[in-house]
Amino acid sequence: MTAVLPSRPQRPTGGRLVDQFEYGLDAPICLTWELTYACNLACVHCLSSSGRRDPRELSTAEAEAVIDELQRMQVFYVNVGGGEPTVRPDFWHLLDYAIGHDVGVKFSTNGVKLDKTRAAQLAATDYVDVQISLDGATAEVNDRVRGTGSFATATRALENLAEAGMKDFKVSVVVTRENAGQLDEFKALTDRYGAQLRITRLRPSGRGADVWDELHPTQAQQRELYSWLLANGEQVLTGDSFFHLSAFGEALPGLNLCGAGRVVCLIDPVGDVYACPFAIHENFLAGNVRDEGGFQRVWQQSELFADLRSPQTGGACTKCAHFDACRGGCMAAKFFTGLPLDGPDPECVQGYGETALAARDAATVKPKSHLDHSHTGPVRGQPTLLGIPAIPSKICDESPLAGLDLR
Amino acid sequence: MTAPAGPDVTAVFDPALPWQKARSVALRPEPFGALVYHFGNRKLSFLKSRTLVAVVEALADHPSAEATLVACGVPETQRPAYVKALADLARSQMIEERTSVPPTTRTLAAGPCTEAV
Repeated sequence: MTAVLPSRPQRPTGGRLVDQFEYGLDAPICLTWELTYACNLACVHCLSSSGRRDPRELSTAEAEAVIDELQRMQVFYVNVGGGEPTVRPDFWHLLDYAIGHDVGVKFSTNGVKLDKTRAAQLAATDYVDVQISLDGATAEVNDRVRGTGSFATATRALENLAEAGMKDFKVSVVVTRENAGQLDEFKALTDRYGAQLRITRLRPSGRGADVWDELHPTQAQQRELYSWLLANGEQVLTGDSFFHLSAFGEALPGLNLCGAGRVVCLIDPVGDVYACPFAIHENFLAGNVRDEGGFQRVWQQSELFADLRSPQTGGACTKCAHFDACRGGCMAAKFFTGLPLDGPDPECVQGYGETALAARDAATVKPKSHLDHSHTGPVRGQPTLLGIPAIPSKICDESPLAGLDLR
Repeated sequence: MTAPAGPDVTAVFDPALPWQKARSVALRPEPFGALVYHFGNRKLSFLKSRTLVAVVEALADHPSAEATLVACGVPETQRPAYVKALADLARSQMIEERTSVPPTTRTLAAGPCTEAV
């Protein structure tokens, strides 16, 4: 008897790039590397449920070995995040090490460590890109989700970067129901610092799952966002994260495809490799960089990634007239809202997502990540969105009832 | 690659001149061709066929872009499409005009497209 191996569809020759990408690449184009789960903030929508450092975090030497490997694989740049990556004491060393090994770095930060000295250092470094996270164009909107004082921290960092003459730094915004009306204000704020605006989609990942129902943009807001992107798309970065909006009609610039395990992946602080930064869940865990063969073996040989590297051929979405535009949307968004992966995105602009959400079985248990590094105690300046009182950033600088939602 | 050339696409690209892959550019082989990365402007591009990859790699070894296409065995009917692709790469600074002495006088090591001549 001969064992029958499951056959995987063969990559076509030629054709559109997007079709080629569905079959995966020899190395990722866009690799996110979260250096630490430690974070000074406690944002309500944190995609990695960060807060506390994981004791198994990769050591400096292990992180250097990963960089060496990325250089060998010709991964030309990585998106570094966390947690708050700059709270790692070896962050600046690893930054230099990566750049010295032809691995450019784009890192996301809340700005906590970007004082004038660091800003000047960054301005003098080639191949480094900085993204300051801001989720409101005003302190009021921002601090409700990111925490009291976080707007001031971020804008101080922006000032420092601008003053140091840093070029092309970014302001990175997750679009929510509360800030979706501020897109022009974000653009103006960004222009004021000579920075570039980057907006991305809120995913129900990490703590984002807890606030997604409340914070994800409404259908009407999605429509406005789509029009805004068509009008401003060339000057605004999106990480191609709004490709589900392409089903409104016109394709948005960029890669209109779920790149999970095909062109993107995530290395988490302990070296685990997931299909995408929004999919920190055992189902999407492909391996660990500490395993034999390292990252390269995980990327090129894991069963999970091989499974992800084929076009979707079945499911309700393939029959939809807009399938070629949105390709079924975001895998992580479906997964963490308890929807089938071959069905519509929960924010499907044709409305199939809402129908699917409504049709979920009452017994549907939304998958939860096995990881949670959230702070266990109160955090200074804690976000007020959840109705939890904030800890004043200085004792006595607020009235005893400040931040209490008494409604 | 097969799209009709725009009005001024070839403005910065003269296929009769010597060219080379830009010095700050790296090619990463991929099953469909290659990924092109410019370390200076951090732009990413893709070469959608292996022949085009061979052409870009071989530019530096031939006296002109035209000669490179011939050397790489690109059929005459496909050459306009390749010129267009190279013009796009020139515009995005992935390839640059070569000012060094053309290597016509030195013996070429075996490499991409040296056998197709």
